Amino acid sequence: MIPPDDPALVRILAADGSFAPTPAAEPYLDIVDALGDADLERFYRDMAISRAFDRQATNLQRQGQLALWPPSFGQEAAQVGSARAARAQDHIFPSYREHVVCTIRGVDPVDIIRLMRGLTHGGWDAADPKNGNTRPYTLVLGAHTLHATGYGMGLVFDGRTGTGEPEHDEAVIVYYGDGASSQGDVHEAMVFAASYRTPQVFFLQNNQWAISVPVATQSRTPLHRRAAGYMPSILVDGNDVLASYAVTARALDEARAGDGPRAIEAMTYRMGAHTTSDDPTKYRTSDEEQAWTLRDPLVRMRAFLQTRGAGDAFFADVDAEAQALADDVRTRTNALGTIPAESMFANVYSDPHPLVDEQRRWLADYEASFEEGAS
Amino acid sequence: MTEAATTTRPSEATTSLTTMPLGRALNAGMRAALAADDHVLLMGEDIGRLGGVFRVTEGLQAEFGEQRVLDTPLAESGIIGTAIGLAMAGFRPVVEIQFDGFVFPGFDQITTQLAKLTNRSEGRLQMPVVIRIPYGGHIGAVEHHQESPEAYFTHTAGLRVVSPSTANDAYWMIQDAIASPDPVVFLEPKAKYWAKGEVDTSARAVPLHASRVVRRGTDVTLVGHGAMVTTLLQAAALAEGEGTSCEVVDLRSLSPIDYGPILDSVRRTGRMVYAQEAPGFTSVGSEVAATVMERAFYALEAPVLRVSGFDVPFPPAKLEGVYLPDADRILEAVDRVLAH
Repeated sequence: MIPPDDPALVRILAADGSFAPTPAAEPYLDIVDALGDADLERFYRDMAISRAFDRQATNLQRQGQLALWPPSFGQEAAQVGSARAARAQDHIFPSYREHVVCTIRGVDPVDIIRLMRGLTHGGWDAADPKNGNTRPYTLVLGAHTLHATGYGMGLVFDGRTGTGEPEHDEAVIVYYGDGASSQGDVHEAMVFAASYRTPQVFFLQNNQWAISVPVATQSRTPLHRRAAGYMPSILVDGNDVLASYAVTARALDEARAGDGPRAIEAMTYRMGAHTTSDDPTKYRTSDEEQAWTLRDPLVRMRAFLQTRGAGDAFFADVDAEAQALADDVRTRTNALGTIPAESMFANVYSDPHPLVDEQRRWLADYEASFEEGAS
Repeated sequence: MTEAATTTRPSEATTSLTTMPLGRALNAGMRAALAADDHVLLMGEDIGRLGGVFRVTEGLQAEFGEQRVLDTPLAESGIIGTAIGLAMAGFRPVVEIQFDGFVFPGFDQITTQLAKLTNRSEGRLQMPVVIRIPYGGHIGAVEHHQESPEAYFTHTAGLRVVSPSTANDAYWMIQDAIASPDPVVFLEPKAKYWAKGEVDTSARAVPLHASRVVRRGTDVTLVGHGAMVTTLLQAAALAEGEGTSCEVVDLRSLSPIDYGPILDSVRRTGRMVYAQEAPGFTSVGSEVAATVMERAFYALEAPVLRVSGFDVPFPPAKLEGVYLPDADRILEAVDRVLAH
């Protein structure tokens, strides 16, 4: 169901795309006012392209090319807004549904595909400048929130933050969901973040469902109020890209200035399945899905841009770019090969390890014995 | 180079023998690591102002400051998880878990995150994190304070697991563990914290992952780790009085295991007993016994025996003397291998 509006909700665009800030949004209007047409169009383009990628990846899974795909369908505004709010020097700790965030930061979509195809447990190098300081996915719910907090502690200890220079001060944003919000690690991360005043934003996408478990089972209290026990906490309409952008930009800049961590609950909806292994018809109604379809983040932003004069040519251009990306992903996915058996012995340790080395040699000899037999 | 180093005369640098308890040797080793690298951090509950419940980190916060020796909130998963994040940011955290039985709230971060991140990142990320755990019995403490959880960690790929049994090893092994690019579970035999030994601060005797013969003998090979090495030496001394010559090997590294000195010894004696405080089922002693059977079967005159804690929860302290292997139980096993 759609939760009733909370007076704390920050929303700028109504579901029909009209500019209708809630009272809680008033303090953020200066950030929105500073956005130009190019920024607004960029937001829409990001959302449309990532939706096309997500649909393509889902199709590739259905056709047997991927082991699994967790769709980001429906969560584009929360992810585009927050990812565009992060500065170049910021550090991104995604969970595993942040395809939109990752690709905006520069991660190659096919690197995410490689993980879901069973070719790697990681996929990309966080230290490679092209990946925008984006960490690989973490599949254990909430575990990475502690890594983000520890990284933030490191930024504090090394004086890489809180100097008063927003162009240089570094901050951390960590993504998690309503299901993960029940994990002890998330709470411990907030304890440490508050204690060490890390320059950190906890970005919770409340997509209403943790596989089949509704958010009401996770908490009787709105999730943003839980976080408020640890730090300032903001509730935002996660299907409104402008509001998502504004609250994240403000929270990250406050955090980088040395004001301590911030929490954001972005109210959104997982319009697709949890993963391609899931069947949402077993636990939620089509009425509910319909109600959220009316709040589709792309429809909302498209209507807003149209009122500002964006024409058919712009939307056609976006559609073409989205289609080209989806085609490219399909082509490159189909060209992905396999990985050699000995790769499983690589990088278990950084220094040599006699047991792993011995087993690598044994497997090589074992496999070679068949080659000799066949010749 | 520091001023102190440049003014040290060669004659002073070559021999630096000091007698100190194992706990102080750990303290001295960590002090050296903190002084050598300003990105080495100590983290844990009560380790700063108090110096740790065993006082192993005493004085280090006063010397290096609150941002190098951190009194953390009381949350083991939080401590280990943030240590991982700090390692990602270029630090070398040394985590203290207050007691063996308290490591389990952090077990997920150790096994699913710390142990796997180098592999997950395809080698791009190193995880130089040390997890110090006081372990084992002999101190008459309440539940959760006397356990030997080593097998949980040796079963996890990506972790290195070591345990010093002497002050000299403590001093060097903690520094080598901190220098390792891989995560190291560093098991400290808490019963030995107050046992004094000679520390040579000028040079390490053997590498971190070497096992070592600590007593020469010809009839039976006794192998063990941690506090049990002392018990093995006691048993060997008693056996000598009865005319049996026991060789004693200190395993030191539980993962990886250095089989060289063990196999060399067994090939000479033909008999082996492994002693450990941990429950014997799927234990480190089981692994060593199986490997010796695989690699030295034709040298063996008798089955390899294990003397272990019983496969029950660690009992109330009044029964720890029954639960923990002592010299008599080891000698009983020695008699059995000699009966063949």
